[in-house]
Amino acid sequence: MDLNLKVWRQAGPDATGRFEIYPMHDVSEDMSFLELFDVLNEQLETRGEEPVAFDHDCREGICGSCAMMIDGRAHGPERGTATCQLHLRKLTDRETITVEPWRAAGFPIIKDLAVDRSAFDRIVEAGGYITAPTGAARDANEILVPKQASDAAMDAAACIGCGACVAACPNGAGQLFTAAKYSHLSLLPQGQPERFTRVVSMVEEMERWFGSCTNHGECEAACPKEISVNFIAMLNRDYVKAQFKNPALSGQRH
Amino acid sequence: MAISLDGGIPSGSIERKWDDYKFSVKLVNPANKRKFNVIVVGSGLAGASAAATLAELGYRVTMLTFHDSPRRAHSIAAQGGINAAKNYQNDGDSVQRLFYDTVKGGDYRSREANVYRLAQVSVNIIDQCVAQGVPFAREYGGLLDNRSFGGAQVSRTFYARGQTGQQLLLGAYQALARQVRLGNVELNNRTEMLDLVVKDGVACGVVARHLVTGAVRSFSGHAVVLATGGYGNVFFLSTNAKASNVTAAWRAHKRGALMANPCYTQIHPTCIPASDDFQSKLTLMSESLRNDGRIWVPATPNDVRSPDQIPESDRDYYLERRYPAFGNLVPRDVASRAAKREVDSGHGVGPIQNGVYLDFESAVDRLGREVIEERYGNLFQMYERITGEDPYKKPMRIYPAVHYTMGGLWVDYNLMSNVPGLYVLGEANFSDHGANRLGASALMQGLADGYFVLPATIGAHLAPLLGTEPVPTDDPVFRDAEANVDAQVHRLLSVKGTKTVDHFHRELGKIMWDHCGMARSAESLDEALTSIPALRDEFWSDVRVLGENESFNQSLERAGRVADFLEFGELLVRDARHREESCGGHFRVEHQTEEGEALRNDDDFAYVGAWEWTGEGNTPELHKESLTFDNVALAQRSYK
Repeated sequence: MDLNLKVWRQAGPDATGRFEIYPMHDVSEDMSFLELFDVLNEQLETRGEEPVAFDHDCREGICGSCAMMIDGRAHGPERGTATCQLHLRKLTDRETITVEPWRAAGFPIIKDLAVDRSAFDRIVEAGGYITAPTGAARDANEILVPKQASDAAMDAAACIGCGACVAACPNGAGQLFTAAKYSHLSLLPQGQPERFTRVVSMVEEMERWFGSCTNHGECEAACPKEISVNFIAMLNRDYVKAQFKNPALSGQRH
Repeated sequence: MAISLDGGIPSGSIERKWDDYKFSVKLVNPANKRKFNVIVVGSGLAGASAAATLAELGYRVTMLTFHDSPRRAHSIAAQGGINAAKNYQNDGDSVQRLFYDTVKGGDYRSREANVYRLAQVSVNIIDQCVAQGVPFAREYGGLLDNRSFGGAQVSRTFYARGQTGQQLLLGAYQALARQVRLGNVELNNRTEMLDLVVKDGVACGVVARHLVTGAVRSFSGHAVVLATGGYGNVFFLSTNAKASNVTAAWRAHKRGALMANPCYTQIHPTCIPASDDFQSKLTLMSESLRNDGRIWVPATPNDVRSPDQIPESDRDYYLERRYPAFGNLVPRDVASRAAKREVDSGHGVGPIQNGVYLDFESAVDRLGREVIEERYGNLFQMYERITGEDPYKKPMRIYPAVHYTMGGLWVDYNLMSNVPGLYVLGEANFSDHGANRLGASALMQGLADGYFVLPATIGAHLAPLLGTEPVPTDDPVFRDAEANVDAQVHRLLSVKGTKTVDHFHRELGKIMWDHCGMARSAESLDEALTSIPALRDEFWSDVRVLGENESFNQSLERAGRVADFLEFGELLVRDARHREESCGGHFRVEHQTEEGEALRNDDDFAYVGAWEWTGEGNTPELHKESLTFDNVALAQRSYK
């Protein structure tokens, strides 16, 4: 198939960017979207032009590195699919495909399609963990976790930290990422002692970097792991609850 | 150089070695730990768990990762699970049995004492991960669930859906993140180690390049820990992530660290075959598919009929025919070689006849589509996404691909290389898997090394250094290493040739796969030993790396890694050439049984082959650490 790639090029964080159009001839439908960029880059380099910078690594949809806005949609048109797992056979109806980096103030551009997502690391550092220094753990089966609770925690924990939720959000909000990590930990019995301090510190860190959530739900639609916006409700509920909690009383059962 | 390869295995019975050792090793008192700085390179399971644990103990840690976040390390892609000798299923598992299975699965080429320790700490790993909140699969009563895996007759594998590696890595990453926030770990992302710094024979730091700015910076510490993964990408096409590379290990090798058993590479039997020349990597399909799928090829060569047009009588279920006892469930190495034999003899299927069928028709008939969907639904979906074919209607096509590398930098019982102060963890070392790794054991080893082994053994090196400062980064050894890194970067940029970095990587991959892949012969290896240096020369005279050093330049990053693969690949082939036997993932066609199975030579080759770098253009020198088996009797593996 033949198509035109319209790609955002930007030499550095402060440089002025522009679109370039690259005609691609005779590409196979079986190619993945990133393989299309491999081919483009080989062609560019052979012509003596600098290749397009883009983050990618595992190409199995799990590392969360790849991040492209494809025709205005984070990771493109296929639901529940990261850019690396998108194949051209899903895009046969198009003549020109526009490819941009994540567009969000919280993710400054590094070069071309690569952005800096380290704000996500800061949010996890702020409280996205359970304090459990190595060696102190008791036998694993002494902690009973109901299967449904464990499954729900896993649904949230499936987040790959790609940032599509932020890129898709009209406000550039980081709620779905934060809520997914928060809910994973706070749905489990092991996560209860730190639950209310965790929610406050994660939300406060999030607000340093990202916009505010106004419940558009674009994040869930864009998420390659189809993580539910219901986790945002849980985050919000616990954040409000935390305002009324006295941590000194958190050892009490009811 | 005279190098004595002493594994430093503690004396005493195998059950007591680790406990006795931990009692005898020197300790650093809590108040003194903060006086030591440890550099950890790599943020996968081994690196992240080590960095977090060392920081929890009180050491100052500097973490380097070339990823944009520690969470991206390739451990994240592991699917199946993690083994532990918990015996929660009451099916006869024990530390002794996990130890035995691992030594046997490794085809008797690993160190008994290391493997025993691995089996011992496996149970602590599960406790630790659960405490951190890893959402392992559960039974309805709330207890942990297990499943079985290849090479074992017990259910000892813990798993979190098909994303066990992801969940374990996130656990370690979160522990690391906590320490970053506390100020105990200095995190340097997008920072790639390009040289090891050694002063008076002792590792004292690394030199790294920042991948966004190109700035070269020295890091000095009392010890250096490499947890930089395996070298499967020397084959270009593998299931490894695109950025996985040998550079950190190789540069350490060129500074004196020995490279052990590089020829032990694992080929995984169930991957999606390459579809064309543009293929950038291969995708693994979980081994669990072989539980219900039947593997077959057309009985007549070059039969291009669609599979539904091929009647039973014209099909060859070759694994069931050749291995009636194990059938489709033979171990990875056996299944892989059998597939290669079929494809090589013209029985391959698919558009370019490079696969074999994995057929679920009879399983669907027997169990119903719903059961198959529940068991393998996500895998079928992944297959369809990649190939565009529906495996409920048409059998899957599979073919083996490079997946894991058992070889790596040589380490002693402390996980320290022959360069004092340089530790190597996880897939980057050679230690525990012998010539073949069992499924669900890579995650176990990475976390054992990082959470439990290194934090206990590193005191042996650090305690005597109390009161000493790290070598200052303006010392001539650091200046030399920085100059070395600068020189290589500029050499790559100045060739200004005509061919891309990927071109050379692909060419190297072809040589490696064709001549040193699933079946190796003296002839094919000799040929590779001629063609790799020729390709390397061509690389250095004709590679084209555009752009500059002082920017985010991904071609330049890759060029450095491919340059190292071009050197390392030759060593891998040389190791395969010298090892005149077949064992595990290393199959020499000259050494096979009458039935075509791997034939070991225990009399001459029951040793670790560790290679020493002797300078550009010189033949590396082989050192041997002999392996003794006091607790497991050596035997021929049979799966008939």
